[in-house]
Amino acid sequence: MTKPLLEALEVGQVVTESTLHFTRDSLVRYAGASGDFNPIHYRDDIAQSVGLPGVLAHGMLTMGASVQPLVAWLAGAAQVTDYQVRFTRPVLVDAESGANVTITTTVGAIDSDAKTARFDLKVTFNDETVLGKAQVQTSFA
Amino acid sequence: MSVNPEIQGKQYPSTPPYLVGREKVREFAKSVFCTDPASFDVEAARAAGHPDLIASPTFGVVIQEQTLHQLIDDEQAGVDFSRVVHGDQRFIFSRPIFAGDELTATLTVSSVKQLGGHSMVTADTEMTDASGAHVVTAISTLVVRGDE
Repeated sequence: MTKPLLEALEVGQVVTESTLHFTRDSLVRYAGASGDFNPIHYRDDIAQSVGLPGVLAHGMLTMGASVQPLVAWLAGAAQVTDYQVRFTRPVLVDAESGANVTITTTVGAIDSDAKTARFDLKVTFNDETVLGKAQVQTSFA
Repeated sequence: MSVNPEIQGKQYPSTPPYLVGREKVREFAKSVFCTDPASFDVEAARAAGHPDLIASPTFGVVIQEQTLHQLIDDEQAGVDFSRVVHGDQRFIFSRPIFAGDELTATLTVSSVKQLGGHSMVTADTEMTDASGAHVVTAISTLVVRGDE
């Protein structure tokens, strides 16, 4: 896959639109890969005992997965110099139906002199935003 | 109980070097829905100009996790883990993490704030490679909910 050129980008341009499907299996897999074994991510009874409706996705799974459409579009993660998010709402993952998370990546800012671009991620679950200020700084130098 | 404001500025001992393994890079990449061949296939990584498999952007959390345990286990800090909510997260890179890296992590508490009964603790974990060069800083803000 060829890498996009900075000159071809425009602020406001949507570069990716996709939906990821999280299941309980995804959460167990992420727990093992990351080492985050907080039981609110795999046991409904414990999640409910701390006032949650049920098992929710690790915020860091949502963060880690939400940048992947951009990584694929950039043909690699090497250009990412800064990635930040705010966790604003939980993603509840139903035992049977899972959860669909939609991700839209938009060009947020371009600096032609510094050869950098900022991409903004809009990440929603049940039509509500789950990540705030989700921004990825990238270098095209 | 709220977080002890005196821990602002506190630095914890560096963790022992973490050797980034190829299988861990692959396992993590798969878990975050990564499809980049350079995170799975060494030939593809080298063709992309990398020394070895490239880790996904949030891989540093695996190493940061160890430093956050130092903070949570610190009785002086008074962080009640059962009340912790992850507020925000950031990674600032000097370069990507690659398989074969040996990363040493050092956590510094950069800020402690009280906000409407909650405490907000910001922890900066700086990761350096075997040569001592900076690779990535992972910054977490933890919100510790106050008593109901």
